[in-house]
Amino acid sequence: MNFSNLFKIAYQAILRNKTRSLLTMLGVIIGISSVIAMVSLGQSSTLNINEEISTMGTNLIMVMRKNQNRGGVNLGNSNTQSLTVKDCEAIKTKCKNISYVSPMVSGSGQLVRGSNNWPGSIQGGSADILTIRKYTIEHGTMFTEDDIKEYKKVCLIGSTVAENLFPDGKNPVGEEIRFGSIPFKVIGVLASKGENQMGQDQDDIVFAPYSTVMKRILATQYVHMIYASAASENVADEAVNEITSVLRASHKITNPDDDDFDVRTQAEMLQMMSSVTGFLTVLLAAIASISLIVGGIGIMNIMYVTVTERTKEIGLRTAIGARSRDIMFQFLLESAMLSLVGGIIGIIVGLIISYAATQLLNWPFVISGTAVIISFIVCAATGIFFGWYPAKKAANLDPINALRYE
Amino acid sequence: MSAIIKIENLKREFVVGSETVRALKGVSFEINKGEFVSIMGTSGSGKSTMLNILGCLDKPTSGEYYIDGIEVSRLSKDELAFVRNRKIGFVFQSYNLLPRTSAVEQVELPLLYNKEVSSKERRERAIYALEQVGLKERLWHTPNQMSGGQQQRVAIARAIVNDPVILLADEATGNLDTRTSYEIMSLFQELHQKGKSIVFVTHEPDIAVFTSRTVMLRDGRVTKDEKVETKSAQAALESLPASSDYN
Repeated sequence: MNFSNLFKIAYQAILRNKTRSLLTMLGVIIGISSVIAMVSLGQSSTLNINEEISTMGTNLIMVMRKNQNRGGVNLGNSNTQSLTVKDCEAIKTKCKNISYVSPMVSGSGQLVRGSNNWPGSIQGGSADILTIRKYTIEHGTMFTEDDIKEYKKVCLIGSTVAENLFPDGKNPVGEEIRFGSIPFKVIGVLASKGENQMGQDQDDIVFAPYSTVMKRILATQYVHMIYASAASENVADEAVNEITSVLRASHKITNPDDDDFDVRTQAEMLQMMSSVTGFLTVLLAAIASISLIVGGIGIMNIMYVTVTERTKEIGLRTAIGARSRDIMFQFLLESAMLSLVGGIIGIIVGLIISYAATQLLNWPFVISGTAVIISFIVCAATGIFFGWYPAKKAANLDPINALRYE
Repeated sequence: MSAIIKIENLKREFVVGSETVRALKGVSFEINKGEFVSIMGTSGSGKSTMLNILGCLDKPTSGEYYIDGIEVSRLSKDELAFVRNRKIGFVFQSYNLLPRTSAVEQVELPLLYNKEVSSKERRERAIYALEQVGLKERLWHTPNQMSGGQQQRVAIARAIVNDPVILLADEATGNLDTRTSYEIMSLFQELHQKGKSIVFVTHEPDIAVFTSRTVMLRDGRVTKDEKVETKSAQAALESLPASSDYN
């Protein structure tokens, strides 16, 4: 008995029962396509998050105030007075890997315009702040260095703030709004950025010159944090080192443990998000593989029924000279072919589903080679594993009884 | 004439629960090349057991069985499968054709289990066998497109395609009406004329008359073994009324 004859016998048997073969394959098709779709969608979403964080700026560097410890009590960082505008200027002049830098102070309160009001926070920054935070202006202009020097009460507002303070649709540019009791002139409206990965509305924001916020709202000499932008993603680490040494020099710190500031990059954030989506991908794949097992059991079920239903055929084959091993291989081959063909269709369907979904969600489309290869191996294994027992049963049938079976 | 089949003091016992059933109680006979033998007996006479052993589907409890000079009672399962594939052709009462499979593919089946036959030779031999049983025009018909008689012809073609030394027929006319039975018996006689050795198991005396020798089994023993005068199935066919419908 050579292999090509066995192959012929098996595929003839499959073709004799087209509908049933197709239904049997359906289980495997669903199982494999959901594994493939889940894994590639998981990878797409990881890639998508990475891209979105990059648009937020992977070269973004944040210098925070260090937490304060007094008598063993951690006071957080809100009262730490360690960063100043001078630090910003030092970073700007001394760090060659930094392209933009801005101090950041913020105060929160009620924004009022006529009868409309909105709770918001006002962020004070330099003229570079929009570039660093990747905001663009839709209408109007940015404030200038002169505005900063003169503590001008001007501001730019996000689209959410604009909608709430100007529900009548009036162009806010040139209008006056109040922050608490202090009047500000709106000189620009920012283009909408939507929600960030954490679900925060990035359009609920007001930018003003840091000098104005420090002097007129907070009455402080210190800044809350410093935003900087590395010249490129590749030099982000060097930029962090430069900032650290510049700040240590100006704060006269020799021991790193005494640092009164923290330098953070967006790359750390990226890592955290990736680990979350990676876990989600594994979870989804695990759920999808359950449907693959169900598909495999479907094959076993049908093969079982097939063996009983084809008892006479098995008896006949034995009578005309098939050895029990030939019968065994025939049924194993049938189930392996069913699951392999089902697997190939499943891979194609899975890729189509994930392609369609990524197009719909506007995510990048990724084909996971590993998932495809693993699915293929799992398919072959499923067919052989779940086909084994029915095939064994077929091979062990007594030909005399099988021929008389009705 | 040389003996194609030789059995000596063949016994077969089955253990059913605590009892031992003796289906064959020491049977001996020989079948020579070119003989057309009917094995007759009522149910329970042991003729089915006899057929299973002759067909190498079952092994005797004791005794010897030679087919074409090979002692088969001590062969392994795989060796028995080989003997069935090369030396024996089976024809069953219920045809045992595969559903939704063309006549040519049905007849090719035994050759699929013979790796010495190429796919080209397989197809040629299947078509030749179908021509021999008069189904030249129905090579690609499936069983549900054929009458009972035609289906049995396909089964006979399948039995002769491997050029067996012996053709074993088990109540091969049992599912057919009289006219078709005679047609099938006529076909068997034709094959016999061409030199085939045939063993025909039946319980119908009017079918056994078409063979040249009758072995009668009763309660596991041979009670009668005699040459009989062969009646022509073709003549019997012609003597049937043209139509038996309501007249």
